[in-house]
Amino acid sequence: MSVDASTVRRIARLARIAVAEDEVDHLRGELNAILAFVEQLGEVNVEGVEPMTSVTPMAMKTRKDVVTDGGDPEAVMANAPKSEDDFYLVPKVIE
Amino acid sequence: MTTSKLIKGATGDWEVVIGMEVHAQVTSKSKLFSGASTEFGGAPNSHVSLVDAAMPGMLPVINEECVRQAVRTGLGLKAKINLRSVFDRKNYFYPDLPQGYQISQYKQPVVGEGEVVVDLDSGEAVSIGIERLHLEQDAGKSVHDRHPSMSAVDLNRSGVALMEIVSKPDLRSSEEAMAFLTKLRSILRYLGTCDGDMEKGSLRADVNVSVRRPGEPFGTRCEIKNMNSIRFIGQAIEHEARRQIEIIEDGGTIDQETRLFDPGKGETRSMRSKEEAHDYRYFPDPDLLPLELSEDMVGTLQAALPELPDEKKTRFIRELGLSAYDASHLVAERDTADYFEAVANGRDAKLAANWVINELNGRLNKDGHDIVSSPVSAAQLGGILDLIGDKTISGKIAKDLFEIIWTEGGDPREVVKARGMAQVTDLSAIGGIVDDLVAKNPDKVEQAKANPKAMMWFVGQVMKASGGKASPQAVNDLLKTKLGL
Amino acid sequence: MTELTTLTLAEARDRLRKKELSSAELTAAHVSAIEKARSLNAFVLETPEQATAMAEASDARLAKGEGGPLEGIPLAIKDLFCTKGVRTTACSHILDNFVPTYESTVTSQLWRDGAVMLGKTNNDEFAMGSSNETSYFGPVQSPWRRKGLNAPLVPGGSSGGSAAAVAAQLCLGATATDTGGSIRQPAAFTGTVGIKPTYGRCSRWGIVAFASSLDQAGPMAKTVRDAAIMLRSMAGPDAKDTTCVDLPVPEYEAAIGRSVKGLRIGIPKEYRLDGMPAEIEKIWQQGREWLKAAGAELVDVSLPHTKYALPAYYIVAPAEASSNLARYDGVRYGLRVDGKDITGMYEATRAAGFGGEVRRRVMIGTYVLSAGYYDAYYLRAQKVRTLIKRDFEQCFAQGVHAMLTPATPSASFGIGEKGGADPVEMYLNDVFTVTVNMAGLPGIAVPAGSDAQGLPLGLQLIGRPFDEETLFALGEVIEQAAGRFVAQPWW
Ligand SMILES: [Mg+2]
Ligand SMILES: [Zn+2]
Repeated sequence: MSVDASTVRRIARLARIAVAEDEVDHLRGELNAILAFVEQLGEVNVEGVEPMTSVTPMAMKTRKDVVTDGGDPEAVMANAPKSEDDFYLVPKVIE
Repeated sequence: MTTSKLIKGATGDWEVVIGMEVHAQVTSKSKLFSGASTEFGGAPNSHVSLVDAAMPGMLPVINEECVRQAVRTGLGLKAKINLRSVFDRKNYFYPDLPQGYQISQYKQPVVGEGEVVVDLDSGEAVSIGIERLHLEQDAGKSVHDRHPSMSAVDLNRSGVALMEIVSKPDLRSSEEAMAFLTKLRSILRYLGTCDGDMEKGSLRADVNVSVRRPGEPFGTRCEIKNMNSIRFIGQAIEHEARRQIEIIEDGGTIDQETRLFDPGKGETRSMRSKEEAHDYRYFPDPDLLPLELSEDMVGTLQAALPELPDEKKTRFIRELGLSAYDASHLVAERDTADYFEAVANGRDAKLAANWVINELNGRLNKDGHDIVSSPVSAAQLGGILDLIGDKTISGKIAKDLFEIIWTEGGDPREVVKARGMAQVTDLSAIGGIVDDLVAKNPDKVEQAKANPKAMMWFVGQVMKASGGKASPQAVNDLLKTKLGL
Repeated sequence: MTELTTLTLAEARDRLRKKELSSAELTAAHVSAIEKARSLNAFVLETPEQATAMAEASDARLAKGEGGPLEGIPLAIKDLFCTKGVRTTACSHILDNFVPTYESTVTSQLWRDGAVMLGKTNNDEFAMGSSNETSYFGPVQSPWRRKGLNAPLVPGGSSGGSAAAVAAQLCLGATATDTGGSIRQPAAFTGTVGIKPTYGRCSRWGIVAFASSLDQAGPMAKTVRDAAIMLRSMAGPDAKDTTCVDLPVPEYEAAIGRSVKGLRIGIPKEYRLDGMPAEIEKIWQQGREWLKAAGAELVDVSLPHTKYALPAYYIVAPAEASSNLARYDGVRYGLRVDGKDITGMYEATRAAGFGGEVRRRVMIGTYVLSAGYYDAYYLRAQKVRTLIKRDFEQCFAQGVHAMLTPATPSASFGIGEKGGADPVEMYLNDVFTVTVNMAGLPGIAVPAGSDAQGLPLGLQLIGRPFDEETLFALGEVIEQAAGRFVAQPWW
């Protein structure tokens, strides 16, 4: 499988990374080089093999239902590029 | 019976097919994957942990109570509990989605197939299949009217646990859809797993609607998003089904799309078509291990499950001799059922049901009270019924007494005593009145002898003379003797 | 003063305890060494004032006969670890001026045990790279140079700054992270010791995530003993990381000097690559002889899916990264570049904020997860991963205690020399290390020799899950035999 220019644009869009028209071809080449490299996995017989879900077999840790966090909007907002009254501000989202 | 659900079009009958995806906020103190509070309201970004704000290096840790709530709900829906389930990431960009993905369950949800039995007004009961239930995170909130050119993002809701409950496309009318959601809400409230508060958004539904000719395969469906009123869901389905029928009858086809209901206009409209199709790139969340439950844990939760509305209804009918109608009414809300049971305990259940359904509910509605804060407690209402039972008061006096207790409170028996409201059963006292009446009204005596129904005039007179306190039964018996009937 | 920087962590610790040395002196020596070594670009942020204050506090505790296992020891912290009140960027423009309000679990344990922070070390952007050339702050120069040449060499990556800082004796040890070899490969390139512990041994909480199912923190140090001392403090259970195990942490230092007699050491035949430099083959042979001489038993083993580890890694890691890096959207922290609308803001921010390698990997990851490709790529890669792990399990089940392999397929190379035309050329650096991440196992890189140009070469030991102790014991045997490799200052 290899990607064409329109796929590069579609992936860039999905990943929310602006790609200039003159970068598309170069990116396409790089992505195809990587895809060609991973293509060899096609040789492996994976029939009946479970995909890995956790590399270290263990039970998932859980939390008790207790409020232990929050209440510190200052910490939450400390690095905000744009904010007002403890709200993050973003370009208007039209629904 | 099913014919009544069909919709008449210009070219014949149509059947509407409805499936629902219900988002129910899990009742818990803290969020699904963080220790921040789930409390409604709060200053902006005050119920937010660094995990909810997706700061670099933050990791989710699951709230065990949210898992238990999901399992309880699954058990309440008579559903299969999956002892192994997996959390996936649903990837998309949105300012109220800090991680850039929602943690949800995709291929392996915690709860599998189940069912909800829905009672319709006709008395018919239909079984609606549940496809699955999964746990997922709620998103934050964007506020658009604070700033002229910017949206303001508050993450207080971000990460609150939701159960997404997906029905099978088993619903065949707006009535069924509304009854389904009402019943689901009732079950959730019985279980205590969701408060069902639709105004606060604790329960909201996406409704999938399609139409077809009876017996034909499913048509193309439209999804009406984010409905938080049962009444509007009914209206939206009615409108949407008619819209689709018209299009097809006019030779058109239905586009699969997402629509919004406009309650003002009573119609659905297409959401601005998205620039691109969604591609959520689901994959198992590598920060979380698979969720493994033990049979033991599920068994313990099962054993501790409260009696649910269906079982309660059956018991009320079988053991208490209530009608199906009264039983349905009483079990719809757990608080009502509990109140009723407290009143009915050791008393005439039918009388208790009558009083709760008619007198009490009517009065509650009039004053806008809910049953938990009823001014007349179950013990007080029970006391009133006891006074009826031992013939201290008549049913009519009981209503007056109820009103007194409602406004002034107090022990019913004491109130009756203090106000001299007990009915007069002393025949000697009544006897004098009756003799007097008989003596003064020979014509009425003749009429009563000719037609026993005319005796009612005497009954009325005696009651009036006794200030309503005479026992109707005693009066009847006495009159019959005196009049020689 | 200079000779204080030549101490090992263990030596410094012992002298501090005996009050032959103060942390203030020790720290000052390192602070000044760092200043003199700025041409290496090993540090992206120096924190001398914090270091001084922490050293003084340590001296006060030491004076009272108190103090933790790392009391007064100056360390360097990879810029992937969030440090409270200290800028943390993962060496990415997108985290411009990000100052965490929290401290990673691993670093907080180091401070708990008395360590002193010298500053934040350079790394490949978001730990994506094998040469430290993808850092927004520019490449790190290795303290090593080819004999008689001045061409700058890479220290390896992604923990290139930590490796260079340890190798140039700018600190007594450094934290690092390893997703596909990012501790072991730079250790091998710089003649230092680096261990990636078993997945789940160290908490990932507060470490900027690259690929969650592969990322592990570990130490880089001058000696095997020093690495053992550091790991003892870095490792341990953490309720905030679901994937971190609830196992007690052994006294790793006690494994140093432990006999390796009778240990069965697997030699996986698949690690013998076509075209591998003879010098690599030679030190591997040498390593086998050393272990044998120490009483270990060598057995030939096969790990048949080895060659698929790297391609599977280049699906799994970018896929996870594409999702992990979605939070860098200009909304809550870091860089924001305005656009015509919200999507425009996202796209402009992420285009300006991510460097070329990160962008490539995010895009590949997005592609392999996208509709229609998930099964062919991601699902298949995770199945292959199961097979890779099974290969190891079968060997361990047959009584193999650890495996010995080369750490890298070559010695260090020049800055700008690799990966310019084809990104895969750079990826091949991790061919021996990446299998260990895919299987979640512990792996240690120990310097074992030099090539003809005088550049250090390392050997890798791969252990059973949570048996880091055996790796320390075996690693020390190699270290004893091979001696230490110290870069001669030119900076
Ligand atoms: Mg949905
Ligand atoms: Zn949902």
